[in-house]
Amino acid sequence: MSKMNMRQMAVDQAGTISSVKADGELGRRIRDMGLVPGTEIKIQGRAPLNDPVSLRIMGFTLTLRNREADFIEVEVK
Amino acid sequence: MDSAIALAGNPNSGKTTLFNALTGARQHVGNYPGVTVEKKAGTYVGNGNRFNIVDLPGTYSLTAYSLEEVVARDYLVNEKPDMVVDIVDASSLERNLYLTVQFMEMGVSVCIALNMMDVAKTRGIEIDVDKLSELLDLPVVPTVARSGKGKKELMATVGKKLKDPDTGPFRISYGDDIDNALDTIEEKIRNNNFLTDTYQARWTALKYLEKDSQVLELGQKTDPSLSKEIEQIAQSVSDHLSETLDTYPEAMIADYRYGYIKAILKQGVVRHAQDRNRLQTSDRIDKVVTNRFLGPIIMIAVLMGLYHFTFSYSEMLVGWFEGFFEWLGGFADAHLPEGLLKSLVVSGIIDGVGGVLGFVPLIMFMFFGISILEDSGYLARVAYMLDRVFRFFGLHGSSVMAFIVSGGIAGGCAVPGVMATRTLRSPKERLATLLTVPFMNCGAKLPVFALLVAAFFADNEATIMVVITLIAWLGALLTAKLLRTTIIKGESTPFVMELPPYRLPTFKGLFIHTWERTWQYIKKAGTVILGISIILWAMMTFPGLPEKETKLFEQKREALRASAASTAVEELEAADDNPELSSAAAELKSRLSAVDSGEAEAALRSSIAGRIGTSLERITRLAGFDWRTNIALVGGFAAKEVVVSTLGTAYSLGEVDPEDTASLSEKLAKAPGWSPLTAMSLIIFTIFYAPCFVTVACISKEAGSWKWGAFSIIFNTALAFGLSVAVFRIGSLLVN
Repeated sequence: MSKMNMRQMAVDQAGTISSVKADGELGRRIRDMGLVPGTEIKIQGRAPLNDPVSLRIMGFTLTLRNREADFIEVEVK
Repeated sequence: MDSAIALAGNPNSGKTTLFNALTGARQHVGNYPGVTVEKKAGTYVGNGNRFNIVDLPGTYSLTAYSLEEVVARDYLVNEKPDMVVDIVDASSLERNLYLTVQFMEMGVSVCIALNMMDVAKTRGIEIDVDKLSELLDLPVVPTVARSGKGKKELMATVGKKLKDPDTGPFRISYGDDIDNALDTIEEKIRNNNFLTDTYQARWTALKYLEKDSQVLELGQKTDPSLSKEIEQIAQSVSDHLSETLDTYPEAMIADYRYGYIKAILKQGVVRHAQDRNRLQTSDRIDKVVTNRFLGPIIMIAVLMGLYHFTFSYSEMLVGWFEGFFEWLGGFADAHLPEGLLKSLVVSGIIDGVGGVLGFVPLIMFMFFGISILEDSGYLARVAYMLDRVFRFFGLHGSSVMAFIVSGGIAGGCAVPGVMATRTLRSPKERLATLLTVPFMNCGAKLPVFALLVAAFFADNEATIMVVITLIAWLGALLTAKLLRTTIIKGESTPFVMELPPYRLPTFKGLFIHTWERTWQYIKKAGTVILGISIILWAMMTFPGLPEKETKLFEQKREALRASAASTAVEELEAADDNPELSSAAAELKSRLSAVDSGEAEAALRSSIAGRIGTSLERITRLAGFDWRTNIALVGGFAAKEVVVSTLGTAYSLGEVDPEDTASLSEKLAKAPGWSPLTAMSLIIFTIFYAPCFVTVACISKEAGSWKWGAFSIIFNTALAFGLSVAVFRIGSLLVN
């Protein structure tokens, strides 16, 4: 178990969100989509230019830009 | 009295499909007051119930950040519908219930439509509906909106709950710190009746803790001192949380909402027969469709396909429309007496209305194509793949659609392009896209380019056309960047976006979608455009030639007839449209029409548009344009291909068909004051200057204000002029 920034995660790597350090609009949008501590995620893929990243969460697919992924810390398995 | 029902739910939850299933054809589309978000309303009749149903915009949450969320919230608060039917995607229950919890916090009466039960089943998700209903203390009705399954039961349940609307207080815990603060604030609010006409006290308290801008603003206006007091309480909680737990109240609240949902689902509500994150069919498609190498190739093929579909398949219909208006014009031409009225009806009204309706088939096909891409889920993938590129210019991955349709591949049309920006959910990016798509080379600019290229660059036609396309793209993207760093400044909207599972679109949905948008175009743009086309007609007609000059041309014609052999004159008068003429008669005919064209040129020059053109000549000389070009460009505001026909009139060629410009090309190539440099300067100007007024009308409607329409006229023309002058001046230096 180790903590890592979501941007650094490899495709197919899974983990549990440990913290989301964003407030304001970005923070709210991230949380609205279920990216809250305790949620399990799995990196599904990256866009052809490596950004945005797509991930599997609570049974659906979500995409976000790397600079948004920066605010999310994940405890990887 | 009819009950008012609001349909709410996440985007892609099947909300619109359910709305269509419930209301069928009994629906109408409008806008929410003051904003451009579509408001769809309809009626449901069944089981002795009659409901007025409003389809709220799809949202994930009820914060005040996006326009859709504000609209949905305001509707609930101000219109107070009798019940909210919350469409919940059964295959993604956890996230969908997040919105449900927020409805419950607001204290509105909720009934859940548990939709996509079929999808959930194939994914191995089993849901205990009764248990869910019991734990949430809300009626839950399973539905499959696509097939209409469950809609009767849903409406019956709504009808039953309406008769017995018990909305007991809903309270969940957000942790001790926040709960305590909530209690304190709630008491203050109750004691002062602060905003209690509009909101429930606890909800207002919660919004203060969430620092909700809309509620804060309203609070500060209503009772500044109390508002301040509450803000201080909120601030101290915020400080405390940040010190002890390194978090924010709003993050805390979100965590607890999800915690509440997770706790419910864990009590045996949901059973997964398979790993919930295992690859679904949709994900397997994505492995190919968004693949690093295959993805872009497939995307280009799909976009080309859309383009081809829109412009090739609509061709026949467009032809019919054009044919009809030509026929109508001809009919009016033959049956109205010669004079101003005829000119107004033929050139002003029929051409104007024809111009508007001529776009209708294009718009229908484009929206049909885009609806397929949107409803199937592919559009979201396009945005995902291209976001990195477009973000650099301050745009959004979804902007690409509008650019392509507008003529990103030469030959589109900015009108459907502007309307295609509706798929963009981020307001700043959307505005920047709206304002820059007219730079693309639409089908109407092509005749202008073809004319100039044929006259001056005949040896390099293909290369020049490619260069023109690249200039348009580069100009549009750089302008977008400029706008986004100046007048539409601001952080890019977060890209947090769902990739919905691929779904086969339903025909009903596609047709309703397409028809609504097309009808809106006809209705809204139509009226304005008719008015403007009459004004433009008047500008190019009035005040007309002074009587003295008209007489002079008449005398010239008389003189020609007198000097010709009398047999030739008789032959010409007796002849129909296109018979074989003797050489003498043919000679006379061509001389007479030369006089007619001369008269048309003189009349155009003395018209208002002509005077504007002439008076601007001193300035436009900088870019190499004389008064003839100026008038043509003024005419181009009606539709870009008018530039060609007006140039024809200005060069005394009579009517020039934009499809066949050979004679005008030759004339321009020889005309004094024209050089390849002038042509290049005019090409640049044509790419960038004011969009045609149909586009301007659409920009204004889509941006929500005429201000932006005016901006696009002024800014684009200034930009175009600057670029043309630069090209012409720098070019002149290099040539000499």
